[in-house]
Amino acid sequence: MAVNYIYPDYEVARNYDKCINCRVCEKQCANGVHEYLADADKMVADDAKCVNCHRCVALCLTRALKIIKSDNTYRENANWSGKTINELYRQASTGGVLLSSMGNPEPYPVYFDKILINASQVTNPSIDPLREPMETRVILGAKPQVIERDKSGHIINNLPPQLKLSMPIMFSAMSYGSISYNAHESLARAAEELDVLYNTGEGGLHEDFYRYGKNTIVQVASGRFGVHPGYLKAGAAIEIKMGQGAKPGIGGHLPGSKIVGDISRTRMIPEGSDAISPAPHHDIYSIEDLRQLVYSLKTATDFKKPVSVKIAAVHNVAAIASGIARSGADIVVLDGFRGGTGAAPTRMRDHVGIPIELALASVDKRLRDEGIRDRVSVVAAGSIRSSADIVKAIALGADAVYIGTGALLALGCHLCRNCHTGKCNWGIATQVPELTKRLNPDIGYKRLVNLLNAWKHEIKEMMGGMGINSIETLKGNRLMLRGVGLNAKELEVLGIKHAGE
Amino acid sequence: MKRVYVNEKWCLGCRLCEYYCAFAGTSGKDIARSLKGVKINPRIKIEEKDGISFAVSCRHCKEPLCVKGCITGALSVADGVIVVNQDKCVSCYTCVLCCPFGAISTSESGAVQKCELCIKSAADKPACVAGCPNNAIVFEERR
Repeated sequence: MAVNYIYPDYEVARNYDKCINCRVCEKQCANGVHEYLADADKMVADDAKCVNCHRCVALCLTRALKIIKSDNTYRENANWSGKTINELYRQASTGGVLLSSMGNPEPYPVYFDKILINASQVTNPSIDPLREPMETRVILGAKPQVIERDKSGHIINNLPPQLKLSMPIMFSAMSYGSISYNAHESLARAAEELDVLYNTGEGGLHEDFYRYGKNTIVQVASGRFGVHPGYLKAGAAIEIKMGQGAKPGIGGHLPGSKIVGDISRTRMIPEGSDAISPAPHHDIYSIEDLRQLVYSLKTATDFKKPVSVKIAAVHNVAAIASGIARSGADIVVLDGFRGGTGAAPTRMRDHVGIPIELALASVDKRLRDEGIRDRVSVVAAGSIRSSADIVKAIALGADAVYIGTGALLALGCHLCRNCHTGKCNWGIATQVPELTKRLNPDIGYKRLVNLLNAWKHEIKEMMGGMGINSIETLKGNRLMLRGVGLNAKELEVLGIKHAGE
Repeated sequence: MKRVYVNEKWCLGCRLCEYYCAFAGTSGKDIARSLKGVKINPRIKIEEKDGISFAVSCRHCKEPLCVKGCITGALSVADGVIVVNQDKCVSCYTCVLCCPFGAISTSESGAVQKCELCIKSAADKPACVAGCPNNAIVFEERR
């Protein structure tokens, strides 16, 4: 192109006093940013290719590199920001839909950051989790509605299948294909060691990972990739994906270039063919249709596996969740608008859906008002960033949470949000063999285990501070929360009081 | 005895091990200052071809051909670690030719150099292993 309208967002700042020309940065950058000039005996960088993934920064042994935000600026304009202008230029030059990855980065309110947690003083003393037992185990699944007895009056065990987790945290659905084999192995091994669950996503289950079945949720999405009876029976539970928080209302598209080898086999589609997940399930147009799929899956697995239904948090989420609870599903997953993705149209990611905090609070309230809260467990997803977010989510009514972005960060992701390019320098969102080998699962799984164990300790500390010794007692306990800087309507939806009240 | 083992499946060919090795051979405290403008001559080297790479350093063989071949006694085995006394080395390079792994090389002084597992440093593992970002070289006990 004769004229390039767009100046790079980031610049590679190299401290030449520290650079020893070891060329590690050059070898580690899949985007070809760094180059060694033999005649000048120096390293140079092409800022325009940099996606700010920090691979070179992290591996530079002399800390000679850092990435800085470009201070190149357009004339200041509160309406037309530089980002908006550049996006428009990009579309004007390509005619394409803007693509983005990971979660919504726009400055919408983060309600978790406007909610504070209670602690005990004097009365109802706090508990020291290092001295006294503290229960973080949670059990997901529908609870029996009635007590049934046989002819001789003995109680019939009518407990539907349940999922036991050592802590209220699971790894979100991320398909094999969207993330690498090594990333999947890290998640599966961590889930096994921690006694929690990971989720296959919609790409099927690689045959090597069937051995982690008791720690696996197998997903059935609109593309039905890799779904067969053995797959359904392989996991501890089945999840029907109706929607995804990052891109509510649309499906998915894994480009043919990523459908190689094992991925093609696992998804049961030809190599090189695009894996297109339709926006809707073509057989589901009502709660009754959903009920049919729920019962089809239950029948296929002899009623031994709980079935979960995942929806994106959208405007009418409470009514939809109520319908799901009545469809026979055992678990409903709410995915907030900040949830991550391997690729989504930017406008969908940044402008569609609602915050998980509000969705969760309204769903929990609706289900309780209708007297059906115990028919389903509620799982919150969509940017759970810390143990404090988890405590707040549980107090707002969640039984457990899913973490996706957080788990990937533990594996090395630096949120450069370029998953859709397929050139992840951290070996996570890529299928290029030279890149996937950068994520050694022996290291990756350990980092996930560390993260969740750390969060578990923190959850115990926060519960202890509130004088609570069990997750069950915290669940839906909104008196343990107070809002700061929220208006009356926001507090009403969240069902919490303002700080000071 | 603990040795350096190679997991070529995880080697990225980044050559960080070479630089950490070179730095370990200096007495400096700052990598940038020690290696700036220096053409490194590490005792561990990455072999690379057709997308496969791995780090090669002394295996510390139980029956070391290099020690057998050394004509001056410059190479010896101390607690399982094959060490070199550069003062005794007469640069005949018999050991370089004997070593089936190509793990012995020449140093700037002319005497041979080889991996001594960083035994002269206070670190609990060799610098190359400590610096490997992907566990492609490990320091462990194996039978």
